[in-house]
Amino acid sequence: MNAHEQFIAFYTILRKEIARFMRIWTQTLLPAVISITLYFIIFGAFIGSQIKPIKGFSYMQFVVPGFIMMAVIQNTYGNVVSSFFGTKFQKSVEELLVSPTPSYVIILGYCCGGMLRGLLIAFLVTATSLIFEPLTIFHPLTTVVFVILTAFLFSLIGLTNAIFAQKFDDINIIPTFVLTPLIYLGGVFYSIELLPNFWQKVSLFNPVLYMVNGFRYGFLGVSDIEVWFALTMLVVFIVIFFVINLIFITRGVGLKS
Amino acid sequence: MPNALNISQLKKSYGSLEALKGISFCVQQGDFFALLGPNGAGKSTTIGIISSLVNKSSGSVEIFGYDIQRQKNIAKKHIGLVPQEFNFSIFEQVMQIVVNQAGYYGIPRKVAVPRAEELLNKLGLWEKRSSVARTLSGGMKRKLMIVRALLHNPQLLILDEPTAGVDVETRREMWDFLTQLNTQGTTIILTTHYLEEAEQLCKNIAIIDHGEIIQNTSMKKLLAQLDHESFIIDTRDEINELQEVEGYSLQKIDNNTIRLDLHKDQNLNNVIAKLSEQDIQIKSMRNKANRLEELFIRLTKK
Ligand SMILES: Nc1ncnc2c1ncn2[C@@H]1O[C@H](COP(=O)(O)OP(=O)(O)OP(=O)(O)O)[C@@H](O)[C@H]1O
Ligand SMILES: [Mg+2]
Repeated sequence: MNAHEQFIAFYTILRKEIARFMRIWTQTLLPAVISITLYFIIFGAFIGSQIKPIKGFSYMQFVVPGFIMMAVIQNTYGNVVSSFFGTKFQKSVEELLVSPTPSYVIILGYCCGGMLRGLLIAFLVTATSLIFEPLTIFHPLTTVVFVILTAFLFSLIGLTNAIFAQKFDDINIIPTFVLTPLIYLGGVFYSIELLPNFWQKVSLFNPVLYMVNGFRYGFLGVSDIEVWFALTMLVVFIVIFFVINLIFITRGVGLKS
Repeated sequence: MPNALNISQLKKSYGSLEALKGISFCVQQGDFFALLGPNGAGKSTTIGIISSLVNKSSGSVEIFGYDIQRQKNIAKKHIGLVPQEFNFSIFEQVMQIVVNQAGYYGIPRKVAVPRAEELLNKLGLWEKRSSVARTLSGGMKRKLMIVRALLHNPQLLILDEPTAGVDVETRREMWDFLTQLNTQGTTIILTTHYLEEAEQLCKNIAIIDHGEIIQNTSMKKLLAQLDHESFIIDTRDEINELQEVEGYSLQKIDNNTIRLDLHKDQNLNNVIAKLSEQDIQIKSMRNKANRLEELFIRLTKK
């Protein structure tokens, strides 16, 4: 396939992905907005007012970037894992496997679909947050770069999960037992400065910490970690998972018998 | 001119099960080829390997001279696949499914849509273009998969039991459609369990059983192997006693039915005359089974 044909194949997948999450928006877009509103009310307004400022910002200001990032991670991952597993389950993935569409185009198509949902969610959540708190952005480019790269990484990981999944349970295991703990312990709700020394060190092994902090830096200009280091790590993880997916799809791991 | 399909020493194992034990056969361009065999023989496995849905264990497959591994993309462009099992998203609309498939072959929507319209019309699905696939009947789903397979104008169309669960009229429509397609130059490979279908449509044939090719010849030659045919004769009046007719195998099944096994060197005139002499009047006569069916059962029964 030449570049133009590959682009058509990519656009076909992307379009299908967008149509899918828009068709079932009550499952794909609405829940994030509702749960974030609840987080704002509970952690922001009720509890937040009792908490003293962190790094010179009100608790509400501090957690908003964390909430956005949490929603982006959950939704990009969730979109790709359930969409791709769905096509495996219905066998419609065979439509792609018989076609000359290269593996990397399949990966990009599904991941961009997931990223678009993630970014749409980021927009909705940010808009919701404006009801509660005015927005300040310290460094817009950092914000955008972090949200896009994080969305890309988690859509790639969602794809890997879907490739390995054999049954519906398998698409919930990682989000429940790995992703949620990493997010909750990744500095969404607090600064790791508040933790005892030992737990601060342990937290540094949590990749989500870097994404949340990089993103928060974009908003507030404060971070628990080096932003450059966070960025490098994101890129390295993206490359690793991209290559893993490329090998698996090309060989047909989990897709062909 | 390269063959449309060349399969050589193809093997496939699923764990300890050897589903294909090194099969070889080829299909010439323009052929209408039947791949027959009992359940579990390895037909779908073979088709899966040809169309990149199943990884082979060893051997080689070439499509119009292109190796399916080394020249994967160009080989894939030549193939249109109608699989045995439904494999489209049941939540999508007919038109979307078809146009998306074209997209995966790099065909832009503005080219795909009119082509889809033409094919959907030909197969009587145009009315259903906006229906969600889930709401189609079984036969319509089969036709949808045929349309989907043809959007990129493949030169080799492979159909894995396209007429399973399809009513008589629709089946005839499909036959006409496929025959027309074949006349216009598309090479077709068909698997089916309706042997009269294969006999009527196909020029050449391979029979596969337990992962091995047990016959690979032209339909004419295969049918010529049949050295006798069985007929069922219905009589007008009840027969009390059936006298033997020398040289012919006749068997009374019930008071109104006789079975006749006729060797291909024998002729019917004699035996009918002999029966008339016995005052048995023949009301009607038919083949006991379709000719190919009789051969098939004999070849695969072991
Ligand atoms: N994915 C799989 N895993 C394990 N065994 C399989 C798999 N697919 C097929 N087989 C086995 O391989 C053999 C050949 O199956 P195949 O589907 O090719 O038969 P078939 O000729 O298409 O039969 P049918 O007429 O019933 O469709 C069977 O014994 C089957 O159980
Ligand atoms: Mg089969």
